[in-house]
Amino acid sequence: MTHRFHSLAAAIALFASLPAISSAHRQWMLPSSTVLSNTDAWVTVDAAVSNGLFYFDHVPMRLASVRITGPDGLERKAQNAATGKYRSTFDVHLNGAGTYKIAMVQSTVFAAWEEAGQQKTWRGSAADLAAHAPAGAQGLKTSRMNSRLETFVTAGKPSSKVFETTGVGLELAPVTHPNDLVTGEAATFQMLLDGKPAAGLDVTIIAGGSRYRDKEGEMKVKTGADGKFSVTFKDPGMYWMNATAAQAGGEGPAAGGRSSYTATFEVLPQ
Amino acid sequence: MRIRVPAAVTGLLTTPLMFAADLEVSVEIPRINVAEYHRPYVAMWIEKPDQSFAANLAVWYDLQTAKAEKGTTWLKDLRMWWRKSGRELTMPVDGVSGATRPPGVHPVVFRGSKAPLASLAPGSYHFVVEASREVGGREVVRIPFQWPAKSAQPVKVQGQSELGQVQVVVKP
Repeated sequence: MTHRFHSLAAAIALFASLPAISSAHRQWMLPSSTVLSNTDAWVTVDAAVSNGLFYFDHVPMRLASVRITGPDGLERKAQNAATGKYRSTFDVHLNGAGTYKIAMVQSTVFAAWEEAGQQKTWRGSAADLAAHAPAGAQGLKTSRMNSRLETFVTAGKPSSKVFETTGVGLELAPVTHPNDLVTGEAATFQMLLDGKPAAGLDVTIIAGGSRYRDKEGEMKVKTGADGKFSVTFKDPGMYWMNATAAQAGGEGPAAGGRSSYTATFEVLPQ
Repeated sequence: MRIRVPAAVTGLLTTPLMFAADLEVSVEIPRINVAEYHRPYVAMWIEKPDQSFAANLAVWYDLQTAKAEKGTTWLKDLRMWWRKSGRELTMPVDGVSGATRPPGVHPVVFRGSKAPLASLAPGSYHFVVEASREVGGREVVRIPFQWPAKSAQPVKVQGQSELGQVQVVVKP
């Protein structure tokens, strides 16, 4: 996929602003259940991009990057996957007790350079950069967009193996288990950027059901020096959480850019 | 766990091991006139005054479905009990789990000489009962009691929807 821009600067600027554009449309996954008492259970997950939460009325999420991790740390397959006009859907077999992570992780690199007087741009996965943008190309500029979309479901006793972080991009390190959220009790989470506490990060939390109220009613919290934030949910329901951070970086696949973390949590009544 | 000690020796013991006290409860499952009625799932447990979990007493759930595993599917709807204790257990639990019961008054006696009361430290507690019904609602009733008993006075609380009258008496 190649685009032409009037200048390198404009190309880079456009890419840098992409998260801001896409944040107008929210990416989300919505599991059918998050707390199950049957240890041989199924959940089905909707995945879409839209403004209103959680309504599929814009475009579906593409499922190529879905990664499901079981309580044993092993990968599970998304089953019965389908992509329709407005949403994608897939099933997850919870074949054992514990907590499962359902994630979509994308790492995209944008590169712009000059070649024989021509403006070249390329966008793709970090792993493919070297194959497309010649190393040492004239005026090579790269920018990285890392996005992580997650939700968690638990069959039986909650476990914590799936919370092991990778040290890449913006990640969630739960203090309160995300399948142990109830109204009126403070929940605490830690945000990490490339494995280190993400201090002073703005976190937005929005309740689902936005179609049936006049105000978005978003909660804005800031992480402390330790990357942690706490939130007390007043009402039960499904919640969407998002944070975006600017990242410093070097050249090539390790270029600076932006990293976003998005999750769906269910809050149960007491 | 029952330990037999000669009567002459018991006076020397100061441990609360041999309470004669029993916890006698009665739980009324109300008759509800609806087209589709299912017996509720019911959990009973003991909490400390700060609502932290102390011990399980009983869980009534669907043991009769063709696949036993299916009956556990809706245990999560006893959502308070599920979060406090249920999710830590592997069902069925001997001496705790049982089949659902029909509408009516159900007296249940928990012996002071048996688990879990035999090892319950003296103090203030709450008896908690939670009921959840398929295509119906959910209700929790809490009744405070002292262990061991100070008096055999029954305490009654009237449920509002999924529970009828709940009564607790600790027999000294």
